[in-house]
Amino acid sequence: MEAFARLYAELDASTSMHAKVAALDAYLRAAEAADAAWAIYFLAGGRPRQLVPARVLRDVAVTAAGLPQWLFDECYDAVGDFAETVALVLPPPLRMSSAGLADWMIGRVLPLRGLAPETIGERLRGYLDELDASGRFLLLKLLGGGFRVGVSRLLVTRALAAVSGVDAKLVAERLIGYTGVDRRPDAAGFRALIAPQHTGPATAAHPYPFFLAHPLSAPVATLGDARNWLVEWKWDGIRAQLVRRGGSTCIWSRGEELVTDRFPELAAAGAGVADGTVIDGEIVVMKDGHVAPFAALQTRIGRKLLSPRILAGAPAVLLAYDLLEENGQDLRTHPQHERRARLARVVAATNAPSLQLSPLIERPSWDAYATLRDESRAHGVEGFMLKHRDARYGVGRTKDAGAWWKWKIDPMSVDAVLVYAQRGHGRRASLYSDYTFAVWDSRDGERRLTPFAKAYSGLTDAEMRRVDAIVRKTTVEKFGPVRSVTPTLVFELGFEGIQRSPRHKSGIAVRFPRILRWRVDKDVSEADSIDVLQALLGHQGASA
Amino acid sequence: MDLVAVRPEGLYCAAGEFFIDPWRPVDRAVITHAHGDHARSGCARYLAAQSAEHVLRTRLGDIALDTLAYGAPLRLRDVTVSLHPAGHVLGSAQVRIEHRGEVWVVSGDYKLDDDPTCDPFEPVRCDTFVSESTFGLPIYRWRDPRAVIDDIGAWWRSNADAGRASVLFCYAFGKAQRILAGLAQSCALDTGPLVLHGAIEPLNRAYRATGVMLPPGRRVTDVDATSLRHALVLAPPSAAASPWLRRFGDLRDGFASGWMQVRGARRRRGVDRGFVLSDHADWPGLNAAIDATGASRIIVTHGQVPIIVRWLNERGLRAQAFETEFDDSGENEALPAGAADDEAATAPSAERLAATDVAHSPAIDAGSSSS
Repeated sequence: MEAFARLYAELDASTSMHAKVAALDAYLRAAEAADAAWAIYFLAGGRPRQLVPARVLRDVAVTAAGLPQWLFDECYDAVGDFAETVALVLPPPLRMSSAGLADWMIGRVLPLRGLAPETIGERLRGYLDELDASGRFLLLKLLGGGFRVGVSRLLVTRALAAVSGVDAKLVAERLIGYTGVDRRPDAAGFRALIAPQHTGPATAAHPYPFFLAHPLSAPVATLGDARNWLVEWKWDGIRAQLVRRGGSTCIWSRGEELVTDRFPELAAAGAGVADGTVIDGEIVVMKDGHVAPFAALQTRIGRKLLSPRILAGAPAVLLAYDLLEENGQDLRTHPQHERRARLARVVAATNAPSLQLSPLIERPSWDAYATLRDESRAHGVEGFMLKHRDARYGVGRTKDAGAWWKWKIDPMSVDAVLVYAQRGHGRRASLYSDYTFAVWDSRDGERRLTPFAKAYSGLTDAEMRRVDAIVRKTTVEKFGPVRSVTPTLVFELGFEGIQRSPRHKSGIAVRFPRILRWRVDKDVSEADSIDVLQALLGHQGASA
Repeated sequence: MDLVAVRPEGLYCAAGEFFIDPWRPVDRAVITHAHGDHARSGCARYLAAQSAEHVLRTRLGDIALDTLAYGAPLRLRDVTVSLHPAGHVLGSAQVRIEHRGEVWVVSGDYKLDDDPTCDPFEPVRCDTFVSESTFGLPIYRWRDPRAVIDDIGAWWRSNADAGRASVLFCYAFGKAQRILAGLAQSCALDTGPLVLHGAIEPLNRAYRATGVMLPPGRRVTDVDATSLRHALVLAPPSAAASPWLRRFGDLRDGFASGWMQVRGARRRRGVDRGFVLSDHADWPGLNAAIDATGASRIIVTHGQVPIIVRWLNERGLRAQAFETEFDDSGENEALPAGAADDEAATAPSAERLAATDVAHSPAIDAGSSSS
C-alpha cells in the first residue's frame, strides 16, 4: 500500500513524462505480482463500484479530524478535493501498515461494501490511523471511487511493454477488459498481461484497441490530393465495436465498457453477422432517416430498464465505418480502402435496419468538401472524418499507422456575461474557475440576464487568476462554493450543439460549451441576447 | 478606547502617535519586518528591531531609521513600546504596546518553527493580541523543517546524479537564506555548486553584516556549463519562465512555500517538486501562539480572517477582525503568481535592480516553468 501510495504521489506530482515512466517502471519491477495486478487495474482506469457511500466517508472523516463541520467544509473549499482534505487535516498516524496493495484491497477495502455505516466507520478510523498522508489520500480515493492520476492508458501500456519486453500493441489488446467493473485483479491476471507468448487473434469477445482520430489543425490542403482520402461525416454519437465471435455478439464502447445490454437492437443485428467479424462504428439514434441529436442517445444511456417505448422512441443504429476482423482474420494492417470495401459487403449481407454504412462523401476537391462541410449543422454532424485510403488501423492515438483526422466545423458562439462563479477542483482548487454565463432576455417585457450555460475551460491560467480576483471583488452573494457577481465580464462562448430544453430556464441547452476568449473590449450591455441563440436553434433545425 | 485601530494609512496607535507597517507614507512607522507589504518607503521616520537594520536598508535604501534591541522598552508619547522576536525572518518583531497597565501585542508575521537565520518566536503575555492568519486552516500542518531541508538536499543529489541542474524557486528574502543556512547545517553542500539569482545576493550580504552565517553562493556567470549540471540554483519566483533559466538546459524545478501543501497549488505552479516550507505559523502554530499570549481578546488580520475569528469565538475567546492592506491575505497569496506574495515582496528595489542588472531578465510573472 505504501509503495503504491508513493507511486501515486510521484505520478501525481510530476509534470515530466520521463519521470512518470521511470516511477512506473521502478514500481513494476519491485512490486509483487498480486499488488502490481491491482496497481495496473487502477492506473489503467479500473474502478470498483463505489464501496462506501460518500456520506459515510464524510462522517468518518469529520469525526476522525475532530473539527467542527463548518471548519472541515472551509478546508474542503480551500483544497477542492475530499480525499486530500481528509489526508491533510487528520493528526499524524499512530502506527504504519506494512500490508501490500492486494492485501489492502481484498482483506480490508472490498469487504467494506454493504456493511453497516457504524461498522464501516469503526474499521475505517483504524485503517486511517495506519497510513501517512499519501496513504490516506490513496485509500480515500479508492473508497470514494475518485482515483484519477495523470497517466494515460497508453503510458501504462508502454510501461508494461518495457518491463515485460512484450510488444506494446499486444499489451494494449491484453489490457482490454482488464479494467472491467467486476474484475478482480490477481497475480495470474497480471502475469498474463506480461507473458511472453503470442496467442493469435484477440481472444474471446474482446474488441481491438480503438484507433482514435486527431483534430486537423493544419489547412486541409496540406493533406494532398483529396482523392486519396476517404471522407465521412463526423457523427456525434458513441464510438463502438460490434464483436461477433463464437456465436455471440458483444458491443463495446470506446471506454472499453461492454454495452451490449444497452442496445438490444444492435445485438439483434449482430446475430446476422458471420462469426469472426469485428465492426467499428458510431452508435446514433436514427429517426425518420435522420440522425437525432446526441441528447436522444442520452435518454438511453443512463437507463437500467429500456422500455419498449424508449426503444421505439429512440431507436439505435450502428453507423459502420470500419471492418477490423473478417473470418477470424485481423484486418487492421490492410489498407483503409480494402477494409471499407469488405465492410460494405458485410453490411449489405447482414441486411439489418440497425446496421448501416456510414456513407462515403465523394467530392472532387477539398474546396468542394469545404463548401459541403459548412452545411454540417443542418446534417446534425460536427464536420468530416478524413481517412487516408492506405491507412492501417492503429492503436490509440498513434500516428505511425497513418492518421485519421477530425475536420470539425467551428463551434457556434455568442458573447455572454459571467453571472456566477464557483471554485474549481484539482489544479484549479481555490480559484473561481467554473462559471455560469447569461445572455440578455426580454421575453417577459423586462430586459434581464438569463443564465444558459456553464463553462470552465478555455482561459489561460493568467486570465483565470484575473477573473478570480474580479469575482472576489464583485461578489454579491455567496451560496456555499458559488458566488453571484455584479455582471461586468463578457466572454465569447463557443459550443458544439444547441437544443430546446424545457428543463433550463433559458429554454435552451448547449453542448460542450467552452470559453473562446475574454471580450475585454465589450461592455456587459453589448453582450448577445437570447434571440441570437434562438436563431442558431432554428439554423440547426434540430429539436429534441 | 482601543490602543490600536485601523486608519486609512494603516494600523494606528493614537496614544503613541505611530503607525505599525503603514501602507501609506506617515510620520512615524514601526516596522515589524522588511517584506515589501509591511515595510514601504516614504515615511519620515522608521523604528525597527536592531537586527532588521541591514535588511531594511537593503530594501528601502536611505531611510531615517531608529532601531531597538529585542525587549528594550521605549517611551513613545503615552505608551511604552518594545519589540520581541517573531521568528518570521531576520529582524522580524512583534510590537508590544503598554498603556496604563493594558498590554497589546501586534504580531506582524510569525512562525514557531526552527529557523537558523533569525531569533525564535517569543510568546508575549498580553490583553489583546493582533495576529496574522495567513495559514489559518487545519490543512496547514508543517513537517519538521529539517526534514524538508533534507528532502531538498536529496532532490538536489538525485538531479545532480542525472546530470541536471536543480532550480529551486523561493522568496529572495527570508526563505532563500533559511534554505542556505539549513543546507549548510545538514552538510548537503558538497553535491555541486550553489548558484544564486542576482536578487538574493544583496540580502545575503545584509544577513552576513547582521552576523548570520551563510554559505557562499556563486553568480551563474562564474560557473562553467558542465558544473551547472550539478548545481543547486536558488531564484525568486519571478524568475520562473524567464530567459534567465535557459542557460541551465535540462533542469528540474521546485518551489519552496507553505502553499505547496495543497496539490492544486503545486500543480498550478507547474514545477516538478513542491517543498512545504513556510515562514508563517501553521494551524497548530497559530493556535499555540494565541494560547501562549493569554490574551482574552484576539484581533485577526491578513489571511484566513473570518475562519480564525469564528474558530476562536467558538472556543470562548473574544475575537474580531481588522481589515488590513497587507498583500498576503490568504486568498490573494493562494494565487500562484509570485507578485502577490509578501515573501516575493511587491516592491523590492534591490531585487528589481539585481534582476535587470545580473540576469537581463524582465520580472516576468511566475506562470509555469519552461522545463
